[in-house]
Amino acid sequence: MHNWNDEHALQIIEDCANAGHVLTTALRQLVDCFGFVDDAAIAPLATHFLRSKAEVYGSIQYYSDFRDQKPGQHVLRICQAESCQAVGSKKITKFVTAKTGISLGDTSDDNRLTVEPVYCLGLCANGPAAELDGQPLAELDEAKINKILSGISS
Amino acid sequence: MNAQAVNRIFVPGDMLAVALGADELVAALTVEAKKRNISIEIIRNGSRGICWAETLLEVQTDAGRVAYGNVTAADVTSLFDANFLSGGDHEKTLGLTQEIPWLAKQERVIFNRCGIIDPLSLNEFIETGGFAGLGKALQMSGSQIVEQILQSGLRGRGGAGFPTGIKWQTVLDTAGAIKHIVCNADEGDSGTFSDRLIMEGDPFRLIEGMVIAGIATGAEHGVIYLRSEYLFAVKMMKEAINIALAGNWVGANIQGSGKTFDLRVFVGAGSYVCGEETALLESLEGKPGIVRSKPPLPAIEGLFGQPTVINNVITLCAVPDILAKGGDWHASLGIGRSTGTLPFQLAGNVAKGGLVELPFGSSLQKLLHDFTEGTKDGSNIRAVQVGGPLGAYLPPELFDTLTGYEEFTAIGAGIGHGGIVIYGQSTNMREQAKYAFEFCAEESCGKCTPCRIGSIRGYELLATEQIDKSLIDDLCEVMIAGSACAMGAMTPIPVQSLMRYWPEDFEDKS
Ligand SMILES: Cc1cc2nc3c(=O)[nH]c(=O)nc-3n(C[C@H](O)[C@H](O)[C@H](O)COP(=O)(O)O)c2cc1C
Ligand code: SF4
Ligand code: FES
Repeated sequence: MHNWNDEHALQIIEDCANAGHVLTTALRQLVDCFGFVDDAAIAPLATHFLRSKAEVYGSIQYYSDFRDQKPGQHVLRICQAESCQAVGSKKITKFVTAKTGISLGDTSDDNRLTVEPVYCLGLCANGPAAELDGQPLAELDEAKINKILSGISS
Repeated sequence: MNAQAVNRIFVPGDMLAVALGADELVAALTVEAKKRNISIEIIRNGSRGICWAETLLEVQTDAGRVAYGNVTAADVTSLFDANFLSGGDHEKTLGLTQEIPWLAKQERVIFNRCGIIDPLSLNEFIETGGFAGLGKALQMSGSQIVEQILQSGLRGRGGAGFPTGIKWQTVLDTAGAIKHIVCNADEGDSGTFSDRLIMEGDPFRLIEGMVIAGIATGAEHGVIYLRSEYLFAVKMMKEAINIALAGNWVGANIQGSGKTFDLRVFVGAGSYVCGEETALLESLEGKPGIVRSKPPLPAIEGLFGQPTVINNVITLCAVPDILAKGGDWHASLGIGRSTGTLPFQLAGNVAKGGLVELPFGSSLQKLLHDFTEGTKDGSNIRAVQVGGPLGAYLPPELFDTLTGYEEFTAIGAGIGHGGIVIYGQSTNMREQAKYAFEFCAEESCGKCTPCRIGSIRGYELLATEQIDKSLIDDLCEVMIAGSACAMGAMTPIPVQSLMRYWPEDFEDKS
């Protein structure tokens, strides 16, 4: 993940607009590159995609993938949907939040870890499920969580 | 050690197998084979849908493919010691894959080659009947194809069960220079993963179905709206499209027929309502997924205002066999107006979960009895929720219901996308009702007040100690009557089914 860079961001925005992509494709590419969309991008996005700044802001707020804050170095997304609930995802989530001191949707003070909710990863026969930086995780228990968290903090 | 020059090993590359350590397994197999000086070839196939046995490792033997279940890297040495490359006995052996009872009891049509072939091998796809349906379609007129789909009785597998042939007919009959085929791969329902499995395990099948839809309706542009949570499926579909392009199965002048169909993947951004077809169109146009008012129907004014077919992944994946074997063949499977097969997905608190494809018409009981072996925690099943977050919770008294659209409507439920989430005895039904409102509040697109505000009020009503059931029922009525789409209009279904069948969980807490 790169640090936010206005010039680099503008390049992405211009390339998307020139290629005829829609606004949300540019948002996706910004998030893939920087982990979030900085407020500084709203004005150039509005200009290049012929939208009002409010519309751009609205799109960022609407989609949960489009963060407006820089996430931690690692992002752990824990499934909160029904199939995982049926096998104890709430307990696992509480275990993670207690252990890390980060509540769902927040980032640790040292910027190392963000914990987010996600609604179904399609691993529903083998819950509780989660995803760490694009790596899927299934059949989670406290031992597995401990291993994952110690892998992150080292 | 083995007569074969190269030993073929299959280790699924699918998201679930990888979550359970399939990549580490592949690495360990490679190292161990090298150490023992044995040459192996590892194929990353899709999943067989036997989720309870993942990672399911298979080896090719003279007698057929032999399976080992729940294999991890820690098993590799003992597998080699047991001579697994010739199908040797091991504590994790499941015998010949095709004879595993869980698989043998199914009738696989849509998933006939998923988990068997290398997902990106065009040759293996064609050898196993791939493009037979498209080959026929290329010889037919649009209305002849639509006629077959009408005859087949195929209904949408995305949730609403709308007849696919009628949708296609409308797009065919609507004049327009530019038309679209949109595949709904947003699969947001908890407890469902059939779209994911087929896209990861047999991506050319979806491509074939979409090209046929294009030829049938005169649409030359296809797009797959794929949820961002499915990282592996996104990668797989993109690669498959490139291979199909190179093989001239999509693109210009397909197989010299003069027909054109271009195809792309559009990745979603984490919104459940974007699975609703008009919200999905808005999202494809780069806007927030706010539900559109209907009419106009998407078939008449869809993507960018142009005539558009929107179908679920599984609907489109059912199409190739209908063309290859005929609409009548499809209509002969199932019961009543529920024709063909449905890939059911058994999930949640389940001992043996996974994908079970059967013709419509077997009872819920049969599905649960023949496949699940009960709950994971060993308690009796307290409830199943069928059809995703907007589906009803059903008690064991209703398990004799037959799986069919009309049969489920008759008990106030829906089959939806075929997901069956199982709950054990420790489930608190009031918590589930609270969650139904919470999910609606989280995902509402905000257009309708009863959905946007009602869901929050519903959550609050259930969070108080002494709940007022009649007030909740009133709220549900308002949501049903005053919501523009099923998000708000159907959230009352799980809530009211929970209150009806498990009233004891809604008594005074104190
Ligand atoms: C809130 C909501 C979410 C939906 N999510 C999906 C989905 O994830 N996948 C899907 O195929 N259909 C979904 N649908 C149904 C679609 O609106 C539409 O009926 C379907 O894509 C049509 O395709 P089909 O006829 O092949 O089923 C959803 C509907 C609603 C109201
Ligand atoms: S019912 Fe809810 S999700 Fe559907 S259109 Fe209305 S506000 Fe949007
Ligand atoms: S409900 Fe958690 S992965 Fe589907």
